[in-house]
Amino acid sequence: MQTSELAPALPALRQTPARNWRDLAIHPLVLRLVSFSIALALWEYAGRIPLSPAFPTFLETLAGLGSLIADGSLFKAFMITLHPLVIGLAISVVLGVGLGVLMGLHQPSEWLIAPLFIIAQAAPLAALIPILTFAYGIGLTAKIMTVCIMAMPVIVLNTLGAVRNTPQSLLEMSRSFLATRSQCIRLVILPAASPMIFAGLRLGCAAAFIGVILAELLITPTGIGDLISYNQSVADYPKMYAAILSIILFSVLFIEALERIEHTLFRPETRA
Amino acid sequence: MSLSPATAAPLRAIEPAPGATRPIVEVRSVSKTYPGGVEALSGISLDFPEGKLTTLLGPSGCGKTTLLKIIAGLIPHSGGQVLVDGREVTGPGPERAFVFQDFALMPWASVMRNVAFGLELRGVARSQREAVAERHIARVGLKGFEQKFPHELSGGMRQRVGLARALAVDAKVVLMDEPFSAVDEQTRRKFQEELLELVANEGKSFIFVTHSIEEAVYVSDRIALLSRRPSRVSAIIEPKIVRGGDPEKIRRDSAYLDVVEDIWQQLKHYLD
Repeated sequence: MQTSELAPALPALRQTPARNWRDLAIHPLVLRLVSFSIALALWEYAGRIPLSPAFPTFLETLAGLGSLIADGSLFKAFMITLHPLVIGLAISVVLGVGLGVLMGLHQPSEWLIAPLFIIAQAAPLAALIPILTFAYGIGLTAKIMTVCIMAMPVIVLNTLGAVRNTPQSLLEMSRSFLATRSQCIRLVILPAASPMIFAGLRLGCAAAFIGVILAELLITPTGIGDLISYNQSVADYPKMYAAILSIILFSVLFIEALERIEHTLFRPETRA
Repeated sequence: MSLSPATAAPLRAIEPAPGATRPIVEVRSVSKTYPGGVEALSGISLDFPEGKLTTLLGPSGCGKTTLLKIIAGLIPHSGGQVLVDGREVTGPGPERAFVFQDFALMPWASVMRNVAFGLELRGVARSQREAVAERHIARVGLKGFEQKFPHELSGGMRQRVGLARALAVDAKVVLMDEPFSAVDEQTRRKFQEELLELVANEGKSFIFVTHSIEEAVYVSDRIALLSRRPSRVSAIIEPKIVRGGDPEKIRRDSAYLDVVEDIWQQLKHYLD
């Protein structure tokens, strides 16, 4: 009796481990780890050929990173780099989202302001850095300006597009249920626009990181830019690459954190 | 300015004799020309009796949705006059509620918040508006789904949310723009039956837009057949169908089938 009941279940039982193994192999987390491992293994291999005497292996870079952390120079450099980055980013976010929303709601101001940002987005803005240096000197102001001109166009234009793309039916709905203009903006337009605004903010943050490193490499070497250019000049390539790696990691984590904040604060429906 | 009493005077004269119930919505030679010269409505006049369901039926693109949105105050008319409950329409008002073809739910808001949105816009306190919304959510059969988000619901359930939202503001007139066209056939039939029940029990007036002849005949007390653009009322039909009892019996009833056939004969020539 018991065996006959078990018999049909047996093939299923035999298949289970295999299916589990396959499930595990295509699990997103596993695949991401595999992707990282392949990239790092290629890096290690390229360093060992060696591709160039100025190209350290991944493990050497890790060691360099360890010593930068140990002597505290990495932390100090980050503090210096974050200064213009945070100020520039704060200005870009507040002003950028503000201008974008204004233009999205008010056609004449779009015609007035948008062309500037469309040009700024298309132009190779790094070429403006010498002019900024000329105008604002080599201090903090020029670096903040660099961060702003890199980050702001994408934030402004995404916000503008987001506000413009509010579904027509939601606008009609809010009007038919007697929303005032300010209720409509606060309760319908901004929430509807927030995913695209945040997409712009993520792109803007990435651009701000590029901006601050450009400024530190091109204006005066400070912070992470200083670590990179100094170690390059003394041919300590593992440390140079460690500095580059650390700013990339930081940027990725920062943007990831921004996405988390967006989901917890603004998109309750996307939470599990 | 001084002209309006003079023009209003002859209109008063054609009002029905005292004692007869005044139509809840009166459309008086309303015309609509869209920018660019497309003439959607030309001098349309139509009365909507109180407490009944009146359907606007016509070939697609005939301007029935345009007329409904003019009554809703969502789009301005180019000429003529619309009176709701005796007052001229200049925009959306609290005595009218709209049910949208594409549901127009806010994806970031729960069922509860969507249904209570009309009251939220009117400044009703949270506990109070949620109590009202809860009642209407139960009324449309969505009890237990209060905290779900629109993307977690089927099309039919989403339109129930749209309907509950319109009922929650307790408007005298409910305007429905092809509300069942985006739901499947079985759900649609169920909806039609529930709509009949609603008309019978709520004491509200309904204006319904559809392009389905069967649907119109099944749910309506009165059908206004609209001609092709620029549209006019080509016929008023009152399907005197005995309701109550088995809803399936109505669909096989010879009076019902005759009216459907009659309307089809009248609309057929618009197809070429």
